[in-house]
Amino acid sequence: MAIFVDENTKVIYQGLTGSQGSFYGQRNAEYGTQVVAGTHPKKAGTEVNGVPIYATVAEAVKETGATASCIFIPAPGVKDAVMEAAEGGVEFIVVITEGVPAHDEAWFYNKLQRDFPNVQLLGPNCPGIISPGKCNIGITAGEIAKEPSAGGPNVGIVSRSGTLTYQALYELKLKDIGVSTCVGIGGDPVPGTSFIDCLERFEADPETQAIMMIGEIGGSAEEEAADYIKASVSKPVVSYVAGVTAPPGKKMGHAGAIVSGGKGTAAAKREALEAAGVKVGNNPTEAGALMVEVVDGLR
Amino acid sequence: MDLLEYQGKQFFARYGIPVSDGEAVTTVDDAVAVADRIGYPVVVKAQVHVGGRGKAGGVKLADDADAVREHAGNILGLDIKGHVVRTIWIEVASDIAEEYYASFTLDRSAKKHLGMLSAEGGVEIETVAEENPDAIAKIWIDPVDGLSEADARDWVERANLNPDATEGAVDILRKLYTAYTEGDADLTEINPLILKPTGEVHALDAKVTLDGNSTFRHEDYSEYEQTQVRDEREEDAHSKGLQYVGLDGYVGVIANGAGLAMSTVDIVNQVGGKPANFLDIGGGANAEVMAGALEVINNDPKVKAIFINIFGGITKGDEVANGIVTALERVDIDAPIVIRIDGTNAAEGREILSRHESASLISKPTMVEAAETVVALAKERGGQ
Repeated sequence: MAIFVDENTKVIYQGLTGSQGSFYGQRNAEYGTQVVAGTHPKKAGTEVNGVPIYATVAEAVKETGATASCIFIPAPGVKDAVMEAAEGGVEFIVVITEGVPAHDEAWFYNKLQRDFPNVQLLGPNCPGIISPGKCNIGITAGEIAKEPSAGGPNVGIVSRSGTLTYQALYELKLKDIGVSTCVGIGGDPVPGTSFIDCLERFEADPETQAIMMIGEIGGSAEEEAADYIKASVSKPVVSYVAGVTAPPGKKMGHAGAIVSGGKGTAAAKREALEAAGVKVGNNPTEAGALMVEVVDGLR
Repeated sequence: MDLLEYQGKQFFARYGIPVSDGEAVTTVDDAVAVADRIGYPVVVKAQVHVGGRGKAGGVKLADDADAVREHAGNILGLDIKGHVVRTIWIEVASDIAEEYYASFTLDRSAKKHLGMLSAEGGVEIETVAEENPDAIAKIWIDPVDGLSEADARDWVERANLNPDATEGAVDILRKLYTAYTEGDADLTEINPLILKPTGEVHALDAKVTLDGNSTFRHEDYSEYEQTQVRDEREEDAHSKGLQYVGLDGYVGVIANGAGLAMSTVDIVNQVGGKPANFLDIGGGANAEVMAGALEVINNDPKVKAIFINIFGGITKGDEVANGIVTALERVDIDAPIVIRIDGTNAAEGREILSRHESASLISKPTMVEAAETVVALAKERGGQ
């Protein structure tokens, strides 16, 4: 088991013909991901690294039975690409692209909720998702993730930050702790997949015994996750929230990482998480050490 | 991107929202010329990216040319909370019967647009929200549906404005929503939105924040780039395409990825130091980008030591280390550098750095050790 994606996931790459798309598509395929198709309106019938290109997502789904799509299209085209993927019939859409306008994100998030309620969107502006040993969609370096062990305990990771996700994967690997699935939900204001979406699935996933949640300043997603954990998560959760010392009113790299009007501070998020029984580290290393303690207790 | 009031008003005017006739000027003579043209009385308003202008003496009513000359002279060059006034906006003074508040922004939690309307305008909305939350009528708008006239009317009625204002308010709010969505704004706010004694509803102020990610479909937004408030360091970093935020400390920070950069700033604070900046060089970390980042940090005279914190993923640790070595050959750095490389091929990366190691180039394997070392070095060199 794993969440969202596994060895049966067949993936289309929208933008496979571009430099980023071909590079990461190839890497994902080498990892063992079933990379079954790419799309380009004018390059149907050609191939990229042996992967067939179709004109549309609908055609690619029809020919290959693809269940997921990974979008590497530049920001101006993302809104149309997301709708093409949903209309084409995939269930899981990953948008790696950063710099998508917030109004586009808000629009396609709500459009999918209404017209394609069974479609799960991940991103935009995210590193993607990896179920180690089974499927890697996006830009995570597969070699830093340890495959889950048969008897566990294994950790599920959900994070708003790319490099901190890698850091977490890597620290767990050094400690010989397996990962069931690692989801990078991205740093934008309207993420398609929330912390809660992932917590719910990790809680139900028999392969996951503990959860690592990496948050950052801005918005109230961590506070909402804390409420959810308190009410509905029985598995131990360890967390780290980046941006404890961020100045108010400044966007810290991510469009969504901003403290405004005294809201969205790391201190408030930490307090909410601790009140929900979550162990919170002062830095990524400390969070890693806390997770080792938790996992040792589960062995 | 935050717009100045006059830019916000020009932005509103494009969407048909009624604003006062006026013009932005930078000299006293031009201020008088504009006032003569639009007619007295006029209001002289400081154009700065900070609230509380009125209290600081940055907004004055003028009945004649002499008064304009006096006020414009006083306001130009005035320092309002660290922002020096370079531009003033001269507009026709308005008669006010009532003052309201209206805004649109994204509710990240609900993932819908949020409209707020209040009969208590002219004061900070945060104050109203705290002291009298019932005085704010809210509406959540699905971006796919937009704001219909019927919904806008219902919303206005819930806000208990003067009935004379209903028609004007419905019209302005729908236009404000269009400006918000079509203009790709993070925030459009009118405070105060006024009802004139003659019955018209009118935007007396304008606060607009635009989404920097939308400039590909708004070519004209590049003009607003010129008036953004950045310190010299931020300007330099911005021109190199780096994600940089200036802070007040003495430890220069370079990291790859926004989360890791935030985390690095945090850890410098946690070990008792003060970071000089947040700088994210992005997922890769090649020599080119690293050299640019080091130049930006090196130009900051307050920096006493530099912390480079890199996690090797697809760009592997050895490639990062080679990038740093090459960058150091290109840029003449004054401050000592502490580097922490972790992730893929971290050991190889550290091996490369060890060949160049000296008192001013130190490699440490963990974030905490590196932070402690860099802060100690910075303090030895006078950082405080």
